[in-house]
Amino acid sequence: MSSEYQTTETLDVKGQSCPMPIVKTKQAIDDLEAGDVLEVVATDSGSISDIQGWADGTGGVELLDQVEDGDLYTHYVKKTE
Amino acid sequence: MSTDNPTTSADETDTEFDAAELQALRDRVEELEESMAAVDTGDEQKKMTIVATQGSFDMAYPPLILASTAAAFGWDVVVFHTFWGLDILHEEKSRDLKLSAVGNPNMPVPNAVAALPGMDAMATRMMQKKIDENGTATIEELIDLSLESGVDLQACQMTIELMDYDEDDFYDGVTTGVGAATALQHMAESDIQLLV
Repeated sequence: MSSEYQTTETLDVKGQSCPMPIVKTKQAIDDLEAGDVLEVVATDSGSISDIQGWADGTGGVELLDQVEDGDLYTHYVKKTE
Repeated sequence: MSTDNPTTSADETDTEFDAAELQALRDRVEELEESMAAVDTGDEQKKMTIVATQGSFDMAYPPLILASTAAAFGWDVVVFHTFWGLDILHEEKSRDLKLSAVGNPNMPVPNAVAALPGMDAMATRMMQKKIDENGTATIEELIDLSLESGVDLQACQMTIELMDYDEDDFYDGVTTGVGAATALQHMAESDIQLLV
């Protein structure tokens, strides 16, 4: 799988650990418009489960995809409203 | 309804009765839908109250990590800091929180050695180094993040006075002048209550 999404912005949280990937994703999403897609690039292996949990428990966002490539975890989050 | 009186055959009476009852039912449904909508809104905004009582370097992390993450979920979060937990919000002291080497089963040295002068400082430095290498946020960063994202960090007034602290000693944005009753009120309204 590769990025087939029109990403509006990329958030680089490589080298940062919990809770930073989530907190920064939330802040980045807040700055976007409805319909925009945020690409989050992380090295925290917990980010797969954490971003899922956050997207599930948060209104107005949809997790489109998560791609694991070696030490890199890339998440695609859409702002829906 | 007509079943209330099966012997009545006068259609006109039944229709009138039904219309009034139907209207009453419609009103009732509308009323219930409105109250359901109110309940739904309440559900979306979860609330969490954490009581932070510990002021050691390691114990400062869990409440701050949970609070800042909960704020990222859009939750309404209060952290009530009391006793040693107050030091986390104390601008000067928060930069100098110590890890206790004594009585800490995770330390690689026996208690008799851990009790020697300088061991707490050494253990703290080791932990700080680890935190730095791992890309874990500092306590100050987590406090800033929490305040930025709307977490209500509260400093227990009784403990401020007990410890001879001044309200100006705390980070900007910290709530002072609150006590156990305020904490209890938030706990009662919360979906999640934690004592750390």
